[in-house]
Amino acid sequence: MTVGFIMMCHTALDRAAQVARYWATHGAPVVIHVDARVSAEDFGHLGQSLADLDTVSFCKRFKCDWGTWSLVQAAQTGAEQMLARHPEVGHVFLASGSCLPLRPLQELSDYLAARPTTDFIESVTTAEVGWTVGGIDMERFTLRFPFSWKKQRRLFDSYVDFQRRIGFKRKIPGGIVPHLGSQWWCLSRSTLAAILQDPDRPQHDRYFKRVWIPDESYFQSLSRLYSTNIESRSLTLSKFDYQGKPHIFYDDHLQLLRRSDCFVARKIWPKAEKLYATFLSDRPSESLAEPNPSKIDRLFSKAVERRTRGRPGLYMQSRFPRQDHENGKTSAQYSIFQGFSDLFENFEGWLAKYVGARVHGHLFGPERAAFAGGERMFNGCLTDSALLRDYNPRGFLTNLIWNGRGERQCFMFSPRDTQDINWFTATDPNAQISIISGAWAVPLFHAQMDFAEIRREAARLQQIEIEQLNILRSMYVKARVRIWTMAEFIENPMEPLQTIIDEISPRATRRLTEAPQMIELTGFGQFLQNLKNQGMQPRLMGDFPVAGEAVSQPRRRPYLVK
Amino acid sequence: MALWSKLWQAYRWRLRRRYLLLRALRRRRRLTAVQDRTRAIRKGDILLFASVRNEAQRLPHFLDHYRRLGVDHFLIVDNMSDDGSADLLAVQPDVSLWQTGSSYRLHRFGLDWLTWLMIRHGHDHWCLTVDADELLIYPHHDTRPLSALTGWLDESGQRVFPAMMLELYPKGPVQAQDFTPGSDPLRLLRWFDRGNYTITRQEKTKALWIQGGPRARMFFADRPRLAPTLSKIPLVRWNRRWVYLNSTHAILPSRLNEVYDRAGGEAISGVLLHTKFLPEVVRKAAEEKDRREHFGRPEVFDAYYDSLMGSPDFWTPQSTPLGGWRHLEALGLMSRGGWL
Repeated sequence: MTVGFIMMCHTALDRAAQVARYWATHGAPVVIHVDARVSAEDFGHLGQSLADLDTVSFCKRFKCDWGTWSLVQAAQTGAEQMLARHPEVGHVFLASGSCLPLRPLQELSDYLAARPTTDFIESVTTAEVGWTVGGIDMERFTLRFPFSWKKQRRLFDSYVDFQRRIGFKRKIPGGIVPHLGSQWWCLSRSTLAAILQDPDRPQHDRYFKRVWIPDESYFQSLSRLYSTNIESRSLTLSKFDYQGKPHIFYDDHLQLLRRSDCFVARKIWPKAEKLYATFLSDRPSESLAEPNPSKIDRLFSKAVERRTRGRPGLYMQSRFPRQDHENGKTSAQYSIFQGFSDLFENFEGWLAKYVGARVHGHLFGPERAAFAGGERMFNGCLTDSALLRDYNPRGFLTNLIWNGRGERQCFMFSPRDTQDINWFTATDPNAQISIISGAWAVPLFHAQMDFAEIRREAARLQQIEIEQLNILRSMYVKARVRIWTMAEFIENPMEPLQTIIDEISPRATRRLTEAPQMIELTGFGQFLQNLKNQGMQPRLMGDFPVAGEAVSQPRRRPYLVK
Repeated sequence: MALWSKLWQAYRWRLRRRYLLLRALRRRRRLTAVQDRTRAIRKGDILLFASVRNEAQRLPHFLDHYRRLGVDHFLIVDNMSDDGSADLLAVQPDVSLWQTGSSYRLHRFGLDWLTWLMIRHGHDHWCLTVDADELLIYPHHDTRPLSALTGWLDESGQRVFPAMMLELYPKGPVQAQDFTPGSDPLRLLRWFDRGNYTITRQEKTKALWIQGGPRARMFFADRPRLAPTLSKIPLVRWNRRWVYLNSTHAILPSRLNEVYDRAGGEAISGVLLHTKFLPEVVRKAAEEKDRREHFGRPEVFDAYYDSLMGSPDFWTPQSTPLGGWRHLEALGLMSRGGWL
């Protein structure tokens, strides 16, 4: 017993001839179907090049279009010819002109000889396939499809719609349960003969002629009627990309293909000299190993994922998602601290001690981007120029996070800084935003300025912070936002600080031992009263008594928005 | 945009496109064929279009690089070189050469000439339009020829391939470097900026506008809008009714400019390695400043030329050494976009 190949060819005929010769000279008969569109000259050329091999024959030619009955017809004709001419054939293998055997033919023959009644055909019920294009699965079998999906998409869609609307349904011939699967199969002689010689075949053919993409369902459904032993997988390694078009293998896939232990792979790039030379050379038959395409599967599904989902937080020349389709606005988590550097001495230094993160100063400060450690330039040649940064603040932030991958980025923020990123950060799930509202007043309190000027500046900063807080209280917020009034915060700073730090580095369950040094606030209540006296209403600090220390207030929990 | 303004914009682009085509057609006689080997072009050949001026130092490696990738024919316009570029090109068996003495600036920075050649020879070919200081690399370029890429693009129904410019520089002042004319510039220009690019989408042309890199941070920090545009679409399965709008940054019809994925996925893209900063750039900057043939308003760029003439050092401790394309992909500067 041996295996016979049906080859469906339409382009790269010289490669097909090469593969056919390999199979034929190693003892497997080959029946070739050549698309009727191939010119007589090319066809004649192919025939001549294989004329010396008497186990290679050509079958009647059909014009083959993607997803049409013609493909099934061609396979049927080829199979009939194979069964009639080659009684020694035990299994029939359907292959294409761009297939390449990866293992010596003897290994395949031995493998099949050990499983004489097994049919290798991927055959899955419509309910279980996840890969159908266009949302049409069961309807492939119950609607009519007179229009081409590739060439007459609009007619195709509207006719499908029309049939759905009027509730049209074709009747499925008795006994047939629709199954789908890869069009590349390897069937045992008995199953194939049963399908082709069934007295009901005219009825089956008539039905499947009008099914959509019958080459993925004709043999897949009918083999269920006759086979005693179906292995629902294809012996042909064939991967599809996100558009449903087959992946192509090139010379650099050599090692990958070799290690897959698959018998046949498609599609091979016709100019892949190395692949053809390697796999069509004479090699001793070595193993009876099962095909193991899992590594290739993983690699290809990763490639599909990369194509459809991309890398979160990456903005580049071929990935520029529109708003809300980012799949990750930024590439990693980061923390924004507002008011902390106003309220505490050297807060950055203190924070850096407790979290394993890069702690920047005011990245969006008016003079320059204050990178950690006073650097003038950050990873990836991101400069500290305020002009360049403000030219595209969002780009600056996403670049910073992307360039700092592998290390959490923290930075200070304040109403004095460029505010353009507020909506972006508020709607970014990667952002952790902690705000002590009103703390911007502390530097003003210590400033040696004309009080009228202080008042004006206070009014401006307060307005900015109010607008920012409005954003952070909107329903669109996706960031982890915590807001305290200044009065709330200074009453008990350790607890909120511990919460924030635990969230940044959850595994380092270190208790804070030392609080950051708070800036002197004696007289701050009077300062706020002075502002009020000048006609400005400080609203964001909470309640500070006019005289003396900030006394204890009724305690409130910091609130966590989402 | 409302429907009407969209239609109006589309109509204006249509007029613009037809004007540019007509303009190229009318100016075709300003090109004189020096060596016309275009009869050798076969169906399916990959063509390269370029206009050059005094690029003798780069051309040997340039031709080498693109031949290795599998460019079948070079169609080059020489704009009055006096360093032997023309002689060098005329003797190459796969180069067709034209000459012109007309103004580079007044011919849309050479695009009028190339547009005509593309109408005449580029129709339905994959056409690569690059400058002599741009070396294209794409995913798997080390193992797969250009025809593998274009074949795959054809199957995906994609007619354009984007490649942003990546500006390369040496370590140390540019003029202080040792460069053997004709040798591989990548041996000297080994560094680049990996993460300071900003992108905006231009609603009118639908093209992305990428800026940044060493020139932006060194010369344009005070006026970022003027920093060079780095986004390019150099490889196109051309149609004679199409036209490049400004350099190869954008094409008309504008739908072709949407080469990026907008739904979060990554489309395929390559990189044009920009080898401008060879030692000769200092001398050339002085010459260009005088000729006033670059940029729409050359006077605005005097400061830029002055800085360049001062032999700047672009290198910083944050610079990244140039590795292979996989490294560039990992950095997010290009992507194989599903082409495994």
